[in-house]
Amino acid sequence: MLNRAVKVLPVLLKEDKEYVAVMRLHGDVSEEELRKVVKMFEAPIYQRPPLRSAVKRAVRIRRIYKIDVLEISGRDVLLYVWCEAGTYIRKLCHDIGEILGVGAHMQELRRIRSGSLSEKEGLVTLHDVVDAYHFWKENGDEEAMKKVILPVEKAVEHLPKIVIRDSAVDAICHGAPLAAPGILRLDSKIRVGDYVAIFTLKGELVAIGEAQMRSEQMVVAKRGIAVKPRFVVMKPGTYPPMWKKRRRQAS
Amino acid sequence: MRFEPRQVREVLIRDEDVTNPEYGKPPSERSVEELLEYGVINLDKPVGPSSHEVVAWLKRIFTDVRKIAHAGTLGGL
Repeated sequence: MLNRAVKVLPVLLKEDKEYVAVMRLHGDVSEEELRKVVKMFEAPIYQRPPLRSAVKRAVRIRRIYKIDVLEISGRDVLLYVWCEAGTYIRKLCHDIGEILGVGAHMQELRRIRSGSLSEKEGLVTLHDVVDAYHFWKENGDEEAMKKVILPVEKAVEHLPKIVIRDSAVDAICHGAPLAAPGILRLDSKIRVGDYVAIFTLKGELVAIGEAQMRSEQMVVAKRGIAVKPRFVVMKPGTYPPMWKKRRRQAS
Repeated sequence: MRFEPRQVREVLIRDEDVTNPEYGKPPSERSVEELLEYGVINLDKPVGPSSHEVVAWLKRIFTDVRKIAHAGTLGGL
């Protein structure tokens, strides 16, 4: 995350993840038993963060949305896991081993998606980044940098979206709440308390906010606060302040 | 914060309006300088160094970037 894009970090950290992991069993089990036990974990599970962790070590619930056995090779099992943020895959492998009775540990882990960012799109190596930077600085060649750096909007694609009028933008940049009349378009199924991404008509991310109304209310409400900004990305002054703009007559 | 992944949503239209081309810019038209201000890098981190080290390296390389942060680690293997 670069410069102002860093503001959306708290949202990204809470997003669902997809992993591929190698679980190594400490004993032999039948394939049928293995698949059955693994599927048992496709549910909310209890976890306590390990000793080496940054968070408080209280038992908490984490949801495993999907877990599959992709491949089996002797005692090595290739697992696919789609889960809530903060799920410890290492502990998951350990617990699967316990239920199987033979024990297991996580041998290898690769995160393949974090929220909107997956390895399918725009994944680059450190070499790519360094090369792109040098092409740009030394030759003025922008192409590589434009491939290596994704716009921050990419990182919030999965969030429900609200598009606002130009006249509402600068106030949001200053942290003012978004009133319903400032909204042009919005996604359905927004509930009170959901994080929403506020966009301009040009597709620029203005801020991430917390919904104060449901989608259906936002469509019809003549007044009232629809969203409270929580993480403002766009610099104030990008759009001119139009706080005293006269209401147009309803057509 | 509540978060339900993978919702299929529709777009609801409340009103129409035009945008003034004199300010703002579609993300696809951002210059490199602007991308450095409002960008993310989807980095395939090598196994050895920690995320913290990688951020430190990037800060040394990207001398014009004031802030770099990483979005979560795998918690150490």
